[in-house]
Amino acid sequence: MSIDVLMPALSPTMEEGTLAKWHVKKGDNVKSGDVIAEIETDKATMEVEAVDEGVVEDILIPEGSEGVKVNTPIARLAGEGEAAAPPSPPAPKTEAKAEAPAPAAKSPEPPKAEAPKPASAPAPAAAKVADGGRVFASPLARRLAEQKGIDLSAISGSGPHGRIVKADIDRAQPGQAKPAPAATPGSAPAATPTAPRQHATLEQQGIPAGSYDLIPLDGMRKTVARRMTDSFRDVPHFPLTIDLEIDGLLAARTRINALLEKEGVKVSVNDMVMKAAAVALKRVPEANASYTPEGIAMHHHADIAMAVAVPGGLITPIIRAAETKGLAQIAKEAKDLAARARDKKLKPEEFQGGTFSVSNLGMFGIKTFASIINEPQGAILSVGVGEKRPVVRGDKLEIATVMSVTLTCDHRVVDGAIGARWLEAFKALIEEPLTMIV
Amino acid sequence: MADFDLIVIGSGPGGYVTAIRASQLGLKTAIVERSELGGICLNWGCIPTKALLKSAEMYESLDHLKDYGLSVEKRGFDFAAVVQRSRKVAAQLNSGVTFLMKKHKVEVIEGTARLEKGGEAPKVVVALNAGGSRTVTAKHVILATGARARTIPAIGLEPDGERVWTYREALVPKTAPKSLVVIGSGAIGMEFASFYRALGSDVTVVEMLPRILPVEDEEVSKAAHKAFEKRGIKFRVPANVKQLTKTKSGVSLEIEAGGKAETLAADVAIVAVGIVGNVEDLGLEALGVKIDRTHVVTDGHGATGVPGLYAIGDVAGPPWLAHKASHEGVHCVEHIAGLKPTNLSSPIPGCTYTTPQVASVGLTEAQAKEQGLEPKVGRFPFRVNGKAIAAGELDGFVKTVFDGKTGALIGAHMIGHEVTEMIQGFTLAMTLEATEAELQATVFPHPTMSEAMHEASLDAYGIVLHI
Repeated sequence: MSIDVLMPALSPTMEEGTLAKWHVKKGDNVKSGDVIAEIETDKATMEVEAVDEGVVEDILIPEGSEGVKVNTPIARLAGEGEAAAPPSPPAPKTEAKAEAPAPAAKSPEPPKAEAPKPASAPAPAAAKVADGGRVFASPLARRLAEQKGIDLSAISGSGPHGRIVKADIDRAQPGQAKPAPAATPGSAPAATPTAPRQHATLEQQGIPAGSYDLIPLDGMRKTVARRMTDSFRDVPHFPLTIDLEIDGLLAARTRINALLEKEGVKVSVNDMVMKAAAVALKRVPEANASYTPEGIAMHHHADIAMAVAVPGGLITPIIRAAETKGLAQIAKEAKDLAARARDKKLKPEEFQGGTFSVSNLGMFGIKTFASIINEPQGAILSVGVGEKRPVVRGDKLEIATVMSVTLTCDHRVVDGAIGARWLEAFKALIEEPLTMIV
Repeated sequence: MADFDLIVIGSGPGGYVTAIRASQLGLKTAIVERSELGGICLNWGCIPTKALLKSAEMYESLDHLKDYGLSVEKRGFDFAAVVQRSRKVAAQLNSGVTFLMKKHKVEVIEGTARLEKGGEAPKVVVALNAGGSRTVTAKHVILATGARARTIPAIGLEPDGERVWTYREALVPKTAPKSLVVIGSGAIGMEFASFYRALGSDVTVVEMLPRILPVEDEEVSKAAHKAFEKRGIKFRVPANVKQLTKTKSGVSLEIEAGGKAETLAADVAIVAVGIVGNVEDLGLEALGVKIDRTHVVTDGHGATGVPGLYAIGDVAGPPWLAHKASHEGVHCVEHIAGLKPTNLSSPIPGCTYTTPQVASVGLTEAQAKEQGLEPKVGRFPFRVNGKAIAAGELDGFVKTVFDGKTGALIGAHMIGHEVTEMIQGFTLAMTLEATEAELQATVFPHPTMSEAMHEASLDAYGIVLHI
């Protein structure tokens, strides 16, 4: 008998993903544990392993299909020894986007004569339901689902006759504390909200069609856009900037790296910034907090999320309990996380969560910037370039290496005085790095 | 074995509707009533006041006959007959409830109930009106004992039946007072002010809060204030009542308005300063029923926390409206019967039957803002509506409040002729979770005053047609 391979959920919050690549083709034998496909979500690419053994009877969702809902059949295996059955009619198709390459109906292998004719092209995006039936939902529920990107067919309704009402949508996406955080460096006003605000088209705004190329929004871009728009709009945020003299820190780094050379570990300024941030969060625990409607969550550990630019966006892998880790350990973890982030190989649990973020644009010569809060975290630190600047000491002008940092605070949890006290603690640690290990 | 599946205490619009629904669901049901079937609503509230107000409205319309090309030789009214008609209407509906109870095989127990600790649910001990006592048991007991006018004896706000009235005395006056002071400008106060003013009384309304009809949208309050003043009602707003005293010829009311003390003299005072729940002498304390400021505390389904005991309607808290009581009762009994009623969050409209009428549902603009929403607000005045012009009913407007983010209709506010008959349109829209798109796409018949509802929905999005 045939076994359907279903679109897996790579994280508890995943609702859909892109079928990036098939590693098998029709007729291939697969064994349990074989990698059969790659799935791309908004944040990561994951490999799908076969659970059952058998022959690939049919590939139901072509490579490159976007917006494939969790639990949609993506392939069919014929049990061992069974002959592959004739191809099935195109499965109820998800919202295969027009630009998705090679939709099933145009599959290079024409359906055999006895196979039922595919009704027509893939179902249009508007047909929201997989089994072809009508979804009963209130007008408001429909609009909210559209705004939040929720698939109505995946929700059961609590209204009369099972109608989907507002309360069902609210339950489907409780609160804000949801998936994959992402901090954008800088105040990046360019983020496009995914919520269908009524945008005028570019044409309406005087930019003629054909005068530009359109890059489709991938999962990461959509997530960055949505999360940053929500955060910038809904979180009352303010920046606090302070200058740090880092000559002592640089000297310490040179000495530390000389000691660690044998182990092949190199500590970066950013690693030291993260370590200092974690220790400062333990000294000013009020800054290591999240606002929730039920109360202020005071986090037990300083889980530092580090913003990593990757092709097509950014991601924030996390150094867990950074206050308990030594610099060498942090440096190793950071290097590994950043490398795997660029390869899109992070596991969801490696970039979801975090209690505080650090974003560093110093390498680009940026002097100061104020990042957008990475919800539900209470604050994010933006690190600028370390450069020689004139400083006034006593009544004399001297030269020192100075680095400006800006703490963006969620005013609901981190008031100005708390932010200032945290920066004070952080400055002391950076300017006297030995105190980090005290 | 319990005598009944359900005993309902109180036969107002909460209680008797609950009993009918229970009977439909196959529950063996009894209802206990100490006075008249139908409760305050149809004997001493909603219905008889509407009868009085209809007389007032017709009489007042005579003032404008000339506008319509009509005339009468001699106008006048027989006050006793006006009141008599109102009582006849009440009596007719009262016998209607008697018939309904019979039809649905609900046993009516005439007497005053008291609860005692029982098995599945508290026992109901009824002191029978006919004498003697009867103890009945049921699996479930629903309190629907309603509410009554709040009085404040310390400053004289206490009815004496002669010169100080509550709604009850105001419904059956022997004559129309020459001068009247109404304390409280909620729906009840304003309806009596409107009625007596139409029949020629000199009426002054005293309100403690900064505006009249304080639960309504501010713009509606303001428009109502103006319209009532035009009809000759005087206002003291805001004003604190210091003391009400009876004098030889009537009453004297000491108030303080804008820091100045003033004494108002009138033949009669009507006290309409709110409602208190009927929670006394029911044995609730001994059962451990939670009571918060004269109202029984319940969960979303009417459960009191005491096994088998529920409360619905006025006694379970505001808004104190007959249709809210019926709605809660039906929900409660369906819940008891194991159905899963889906109507818990239905919006509850409110109506005031003055001239002009006021009707509303959902959030006011100010409430929407307080909740952090970004409301989109639309308005449309009746004065440019064809049907209103033809009918000569130019007062008032329709105001819509939409959630700017989702487009959901979250409130509607109307003042004008017969708007109480129109508010259900918006209520239905809200119950169905309509957005501006459905309201704008709905075809409203022409010519009707309801077209103003459509226009107000268009106006909220800047596409109003007839302004």
